[in-house]
Amino acid sequence: MLQIKNIYGRIAMTTLKGWPEYSHPDNLTMIRDSVDTGQPKGVCFGLLLLHIIRYMAIPVKMRQFFEMTGELSKFTGRLFVEGVKPRWEFAELLRQCYMIGNKSLGLIGLTGFIMGLVLTMQLRPSLVEYGVESQLPAMVGIAIVREIGPVITALIFAGKIGSSIGAELGSMKVTEQIDAMEVSGTNPFKYLVVSRVVASTLMLPVLVVLSDGISLIGAYIGVNIRSVTSFHLFFRQVLDNLAFGDVLPAFIKTFLFGFAVGIIGCYKGYYSSKGTEGVGRAANSAVVISSIMIFIIDLIVVQVTDIMGVN
Amino acid sequence: MEPVITIEHLYKRFGEHVVLQDFSMTVDKDENVVVLGRSGVGKSVLIKCIIGLLRADKGKIVVLGEDIESLDHDQMDKMRARVAFLFQSNALYDSMTVRKNLEFPLRRHWIDRTREEIDALVKEALSNVGLADTIDMMPEELSGGMKKRIALARTLILRPEIILYDEPTTGLDPVTGKEISNLIMEIQKKYHTSSIIISHDMHCVRRTAGRIVLLMDGRNYCSGTYEELNKSDDPAVKQFFE
Ligand SMILES: Nc1ncnc2c1ncn2[C@@H]1O[C@H](COP(=O)(O)OP(=O)(O)OP(=O)(O)O)[C@@H](O)[C@H]1O
Ligand SMILES: [Mg+2]
Repeated sequence: MLQIKNIYGRIAMTTLKGWPEYSHPDNLTMIRDSVDTGQPKGVCFGLLLLHIIRYMAIPVKMRQFFEMTGELSKFTGRLFVEGVKPRWEFAELLRQCYMIGNKSLGLIGLTGFIMGLVLTMQLRPSLVEYGVESQLPAMVGIAIVREIGPVITALIFAGKIGSSIGAELGSMKVTEQIDAMEVSGTNPFKYLVVSRVVASTLMLPVLVVLSDGISLIGAYIGVNIRSVTSFHLFFRQVLDNLAFGDVLPAFIKTFLFGFAVGIIGCYKGYYSSKGTEGVGRAANSAVVISSIMIFIIDLIVVQVTDIMGVN
Repeated sequence: MEPVITIEHLYKRFGEHVVLQDFSMTVDKDENVVVLGRSGVGKSVLIKCIIGLLRADKGKIVVLGEDIESLDHDQMDKMRARVAFLFQSNALYDSMTVRKNLEFPLRRHWIDRTREEIDALVKEALSNVGLADTIDMMPEELSGGMKKRIALARTLILRPEIILYDEPTTGLDPVTGKEISNLIMEIQKKYHTSSIIISHDMHCVRRTAGRIVLLMDGRNYCSGTYEELNKSDDPAVKQFFE
């Protein structure tokens, strides 16, 4: 076996050896050579990293990621182009709004309620410790309205609506229903995609407002488990502590969340590969990608509003 | 007389996979042409090129006097009202009732019809295929043969001049298959349509074919009437008629 005295070289060797499919003799030789020729530790480390990146196929995944981003941007562009052209599918849009709202209302209400209740019960001990228990309604209110309500609701929305859009369009694609629309003179992009994206963009904010309201009721009950506050007083305290600058960015980002869930679900479904397996994959990746997008959008919106001073 | 469909030197490939190469055929007015070929030779691809769902790489397709390649979106749309397509998988909209499925092609924006006219058209199309009482059912409640008939009714609703049938009898039992074949002939008599019928069900071929085109290796291998091809000595042709 090769003899390597340099500690970094040894780490590199061990890593590669523990990883049979990557421990190609060439790699081992390369590391040994770089160590033996007395190159600095950094180079050796860099080499190791390069190899790991190369052999874990990270470049391939990066390329796929960028390709998808490109395709998705094109898809979004097409959405705006087709969306503004006349002959809007109002009936279908209304039907989608109803379906999307109706499908997710129960789930979002339930989770919202539990969230408000649990959050309050968990926050109380810390506040009691600092002797600011009276601030409980204000704290809970801010937490729910500014962050937890929109994000949790959007995530549940992604799980429920994103996956169902992905699966629905995917199976329509596979069973040639989208082609059938095309030959029967209805623009399937407009009828299916535009209406769904607009519907989910419009419905998520509504659902978030509802969910916030239900969460606050949960929080009210949570407050009342240990102490007694009147409904009126609780909501006065919550609302007094919410400034316009708290509510507006939170509200605006829900539109972006809804848009992201709608467009990613549609994109994945519309371009799903043939076969039932493709449909499952479309639904699954619609949820995964839109959930990640929700966090990314959240991050960006917070930065932007921070810079703009709306905070 | 001018043929209603003329295909000249058509080429189509998917990546490295060549499907059609130098395929030519014509369909005359009031004629039923059967395209015969083994699974996967590109029969569906061929008729999808005709209706513009797929773009050919090279070659010319003239339908009802218009070059498909030269049509813009609106013109293509108007053309597709005159050329109907029966999908191999039926492609019924499974979230809609039979009535809504049939009304869907009538949504075309330049078509103005009153509610009564639409209802009358739907009822007529359904009674043409003998399924008037399924009007409020969902596609999943229908049997395979019924779905095929509803899909056929949906293609008929705009009174097309040309119908492209993609394997209308595949997956049906022989009796139902026969019924569908007869239905195709009835429709042709009633509305004087011209059609391309893709099939490898020899009963259907015999019943419906005015002329047969054998698609093989991406080319129009040979063509003729059922009797002519039936008598052929070429083993490639014979294998279909055994
Ligand atoms: N969208 C597509 N992308 C890539 N390849 C395709 C596509 N559509 C068809 N093909 C390929 O073209 C070939 C012909 O397909 P086609 O569906 O026309 O066959 P077919 O003759 O209709 O067969 P069947 O009788 O089974 O319906 C197949 O090998 C198929 O893999
Ligand atoms: Mg086919």
